[in-house]
Amino acid sequence: MGFFNNLFSSKEKRKNAQKYKIGMSKTRNNVFGNLKTLLDSSSLIVDELFDELEEIFIMADIGVDTVVKFVDHLREKVRVDNITSTNDLKELIVEEMFKLYVKEDIVSSNLDIVDGRINIVLFVGVNGAGKTTTISKVAHEYIKKNKKVLMVAGDTFRAGAIEQLKIWSNRVGADFYAKAEGSDPSSVMFDAINYAKENSIDIILCDTAGRLQNKINLMKELEKINKVIGREIEGAPHETLLVVDATTGQNGLSQAKIFNEVTKITGIVLTKLDGTAKGGIVLAIKDELDIPIKYVGLGEKIDDLEHFDIEEYIYGMFLGIF
Amino acid sequence: MAFDNLSDRLQMSLRRVTGKGRLTENDIEEMMREVRLSLLEADVNFKVVKSFTKEVKEQAMGERILKGLNPGQQVVKIVHEQLKKIMGDKAEPLTLNLMGVTSIMMVGLQGAGKTTTAGKLAMHLRKSNNLKPLLVALDIYRPAAIEQLKTIGEQLSIPVFELGILQKPQSIAKKALEYAKENGFNLIIADTAGRLHIDENMMNELVDIKEVLSPQEILLTLDAMTGQDAVNVASNFNETLNITGAILTKLDGDTRGGAALSLREITNIPIKFMGMGEKLDQLEVFHPERMASRILGMGDVLTLVDKVTENLDEDDMMGMMEKMMSGKFNYNDFIKQLRMIKKMGSLGGVMKMIPGMGKAMKGANVDDKQLVYVEAIIGSMTKKERKNTKLIAQSSSRRRRVASGSGRSVSEVNRLIQSLDQQKSMMKKMGSMDPSKMNSASAMKAMSGTPTKKKGKGKNKKRFRY
Repeated sequence: MGFFNNLFSSKEKRKNAQKYKIGMSKTRNNVFGNLKTLLDSSSLIVDELFDELEEIFIMADIGVDTVVKFVDHLREKVRVDNITSTNDLKELIVEEMFKLYVKEDIVSSNLDIVDGRINIVLFVGVNGAGKTTTISKVAHEYIKKNKKVLMVAGDTFRAGAIEQLKIWSNRVGADFYAKAEGSDPSSVMFDAINYAKENSIDIILCDTAGRLQNKINLMKELEKINKVIGREIEGAPHETLLVVDATTGQNGLSQAKIFNEVTKITGIVLTKLDGTAKGGIVLAIKDELDIPIKYVGLGEKIDDLEHFDIEEYIYGMFLGIF
Repeated sequence: MAFDNLSDRLQMSLRRVTGKGRLTENDIEEMMREVRLSLLEADVNFKVVKSFTKEVKEQAMGERILKGLNPGQQVVKIVHEQLKKIMGDKAEPLTLNLMGVTSIMMVGLQGAGKTTTAGKLAMHLRKSNNLKPLLVALDIYRPAAIEQLKTIGEQLSIPVFELGILQKPQSIAKKALEYAKENGFNLIIADTAGRLHIDENMMNELVDIKEVLSPQEILLTLDAMTGQDAVNVASNFNETLNITGAILTKLDGDTRGGAALSLREITNIPIKFMGMGEKLDQLEVFHPERMASRILGMGDVLTLVDKVTENLDEDDMMGMMEKMMSGKFNYNDFIKQLRMIKKMGSLGGVMKMIPGMGKAMKGANVDDKQLVYVEAIIGSMTKKERKNTKLIAQSSSRRRRVASGSGRSVSEVNRLIQSLDQQKSMMKKMGSMDPSKMNSASAMKAMSGTPTKKKGKGKNKKRFRY
């Protein structure tokens, strides 16, 4: 436990956790009131505590199955390790949540971007998740690192989508490639890759149209986009990121499952975490499908995108209590 | 359909109850646990789930079991009634200002679908109420938001009022209203920027716009995939603006859409429309009654229950049930049963109303003519043959005679014999599942063949408190 203790009690983590809780204050008292009372009133672990924990996890949209599993695991751990004080329980929660998230693996929130090749990152997701804005933020991150970034308008369907990406590309100083509205998105990707080859682009960020995962034709279209990219550049797309709105409930799991079947998802971007929603479904996604979270969106400004940090996220969920 | 998953779950949980003669407190408890879990998995707000199951349980416990009604079906009915109650009893229409300009404000989080829905609504009201709509672009923040609304306006041939991104939305709204009055528009739909419900400055902007427009309707656009947070979002918007209605979007997805349930219960905001696709004509009036049925997936069971009780003599039915259970089911009963079903309407329709059947019958063609043929075949049997089913089953010459007498083929006669046998053995099984003779777990296994792999999961869930 020592190693984790050092990790978690580090002031920096707790300070950073602040950003995950922005806005939570309003609902925080309602949600956490009982837990806080229970923790404050007694230093001993009572059974009610687990019930309160369950509530908090459910309210955070962590999937029911994952919550039940996790809380059962906590109970067991408390029993086996003979943990009696609530202070130790707090540490245990963070530690076990961390373990649940990373499993035995090394989880990196960095993208697979390598020098000396054209790196392709494909962004997919349902309508309104925040794909276009996220792409702009990621472009900004890599332009700051002196990479040459190309933003590709693969959403040829939604009214104004091409224009929206174009405006962003101007703001962040990225190259921009688009064809007319209504063009076949696969052909847009094909031409964009040629553009990248001719203009020594380091990173291509591909926007795609929002699609609900149960729309078979749209998912086939995505499959084709993926295939065309892979045919033009071996091993591409190097990253396929599923953009998930933090307000999303259990449907997030269905999104991850089905998108993952069509185009192997390498990571999640959790957007709009600056609201009151906690986006806990991504933990269920990690638990069930082993897809890590790469980024969290924390606002509308171009800098409001952060690499995901599980400890900060958990502290954010319990801020004010721990 | 969006609620398929929730209905599957409820069907599974209720299957244990349907088909039972008596309902114990344990049964109800068990069922409520399943209902709770399935509602939570459907994203129904956790508080709503609590109050919902509590209410249903109390009603189920208190209610006298009606003669002739399966107690399980009665519980189903209570669940359905409660769902309906939560979502509002009937569809609420929009308030329109018929003497002057109706103005409608679209509000919501980023990415909920306000702009698309604004277009859909304009189209809908132009058609249904013959109004002359003007779309107003008040989202000056998101890049190309105005562009998007303009494109939608072009597609619908509906003019869009916009003053670029340099003026304040409040003043654009004011000018739009003047423009509408001067140019004979009687409907304004204002598309505001998506914003977080906790962003005070942005929420104040909406208050200002509201003051300018004095809208008849302030509609909250809510993504049907929203989880537990739906209630926070709706409450905050409502507190600041007094929302008059909600539009649930992206219901053409596979989301279970529990937000619909939560919304009305906690905030009292009626859901007025639902978005059913990306095309601009895919907006439907929200119908709580229909939605409740849809959530259950088995909602039509209620109609079936009503029909059964309306059309059938109760004693007749009980006698039939007894016979079925005892395995003494013969062709006379078979035809009686057919006639009962016929009374209730088409076979396909009835089948769809039976939980689980809807799925089982998918693809299978139910031909009402078959009923006529079966009647003819049974009609060609002697009285003895109808009563003693073995006679026909054991003699091929009898089968040939019946076939030629009814004008059907021998293989059709064989099929009838088979289906009677099947029914008999199925009924026998059900009869032996009397709760006093068997524990409910094995009864359930026998009936639905529930996969045992779920067992571990179920065990865990029992510990779950909800």
